[in-house]
Amino acid sequence: MEKELLRLEHIRKSFDDRVIIEDLDLTIHENEFVTLLGPSGCGKTTILRMIGGFATPDRGRILFDGADITDLPPEKRQVNTVFQKYSLFSHMDVAENIAFGLRLKKKSRSYIRDKIQYALKLVGLEGYEHARVQELSGGQQQRIAIARAVVNEPKVLLFDEPLSALDLKMRQNMQRELVKIKRELGITFVFVTHDQEEALSMSDTVVVMNQGWIQQIGTPESVYNEPENAFVADFIGDSNIIPGTMVHDRLVHLLGKDIPCINEGFGENVPVDVQIRPEDITICAPEDGQYRGQITQVVFKGTVYDITIEAGGFSWLVQTITGHEKGAEVGIQLAPSNIVIMAKPESEDEEAAGDAEE
Amino acid sequence: MQKNKSLARLFVVPFGLWATIFIVLPLFFVLYSGLSDGAGHLTLANLSEIAAWEYAKSLLLSIGLALLSTAVCLALAYPLVLILRRVRYGRGAWIFVLFLLPLWMNSLLTTMAWQTILETHGVLNTLLTALGFSPVAWINTPAAIVIGMVYNFLPYMVLPLYVSVTRIDPSVIDAARDLGASFWQALRRVILPLSMPGIVSGCTMVFIPALTTFVISALLGGNKIMLIGNIIEQEFTAAYDWQIGSALSMVLMVFILLNLLLEVFSDSEGKGARQ
Repeated sequence: MEKELLRLEHIRKSFDDRVIIEDLDLTIHENEFVTLLGPSGCGKTTILRMIGGFATPDRGRILFDGADITDLPPEKRQVNTVFQKYSLFSHMDVAENIAFGLRLKKKSRSYIRDKIQYALKLVGLEGYEHARVQELSGGQQQRIAIARAVVNEPKVLLFDEPLSALDLKMRQNMQRELVKIKRELGITFVFVTHDQEEALSMSDTVVVMNQGWIQQIGTPESVYNEPENAFVADFIGDSNIIPGTMVHDRLVHLLGKDIPCINEGFGENVPVDVQIRPEDITICAPEDGQYRGQITQVVFKGTVYDITIEAGGFSWLVQTITGHEKGAEVGIQLAPSNIVIMAKPESEDEEAAGDAEE
Repeated sequence: MQKNKSLARLFVVPFGLWATIFIVLPLFFVLYSGLSDGAGHLTLANLSEIAAWEYAKSLLLSIGLALLSTAVCLALAYPLVLILRRVRYGRGAWIFVLFLLPLWMNSLLTTMAWQTILETHGVLNTLLTALGFSPVAWINTPAAIVIGMVYNFLPYMVLPLYVSVTRIDPSVIDAARDLGASFWQALRRVILPLSMPGIVSGCTMVFIPALTTFVISALLGGNKIMLIGNIIEQEFTAAYDWQIGSALSMVLMVFILLNLLLEVFSDSEGKGARQ
């Protein structure tokens, strides 16, 4: 991991007596693509605004390159933001928008001209210098917003759900584009989104948040494959989350059956949450399965079928690439390595912190 | 489709009638009597008669005082609106209402109230004397007229300004700060230009009534300071010279039209704050 760049220490933030963030620590490194992922109201945008200088924490401090910037106004931070609604200056053309920060810094005309060219090339909008902002599409406005931020050579670029207003195709294009831009600039990106697919496909590090608490920090693979609690498992991707009991190492009691798994170290007869991804469940003949049940719903989703199976008193969501008959009797088979065991929250506080916001 | 269209046209009729009877016809009468002599013959004599220094002087004074009142209104309203922008809905409402209050009061009454305040032995001078200052001659000065105008017309500045400033997306201002602008730089380079439509329409809405008022100048200027509105009023009501009065009104209308054109022009240029 590269050198530490940003550090948030014991951050607390409330608005009008409503506590958004209770106590949060977060470290962000140089050249890292960090995504803050969580449902709306989880505090992710508040964190971004505190890093940008638009909000001040009630308690705690923010360190940038070792220096305390907690009370520094936004214009004095080496950080730039790409806002959700692009927030371009509608009374200026594209070039004037991009030049805004540089003019304030009294850069020379030739420097500004070169920077505009460079930034437009970076975001793939060469020749748009004199376009009026309102004449651009949402995706183009987004690119100009990125260009406008990038020319100031920030060490950190903050993104506040910048792709949420774009349609699916455009969003996927911009995701690839952002990763490319990030690689070219070699700076830190802090990206806020509620879209788990966006988070998984772009980031080096995903920070999953809920109700002001960090639920898990890890690579996209680790938060998907090894969620630490039921919230993360539920929020990222589709999941079957079933309460169970850890009988002893490598054996979990689930819906009335003892199922072998590969987890150790939870203790004996400890209540746990069990997560099984829908694509990890094997449908087999009724007599061959660990559970036996009936298919109650089949939905074709394009690449997969979402199949609902009532078995063992639970509605299982199963994804298969081949279709199945509705009403058929089937068995469910779980491979030990596909079963994820998660500790139940210990205190009520943690329980609240781990509650999924539906 | 065709039927719907003709039905839609039918709804326009009352407004068309209204506009014809109460706007177009009176304007035509003013034009006609301004460009004719007492016997009804068309002539330019009225116009050459009012090209006198006496009239020009009061027109210039009217324009000057109207401009000054507009500037004072703008200087008072803009900071207020900037503050109101930051106050969340509901909390700032009472400040807002306070500034709009003159709108709901009879302007004749409020101006008479100012008369008693600004009189030689009025409320203000009594207060000044009590505080140990020497009394000031307020009443019957241009200053008194400007005070009266500002008081009466301030709401017309506050309203359009408030609309245009609150329409600016806060994140656009955040973006300016983010890119290195201090509060004042953000104000000058982003908030001011984006609120320009509001500034222009506020200025128009203050300038035109200030230019044409005769009540405020009569009560607070004590008929010593003759604004163009007072002269027109006297031509009609005292001198019974409708031709000269109409000719003067025409000149005044030219200035109002110029002002409105300025607003229309800047509005088509105005790009709106939101995208």
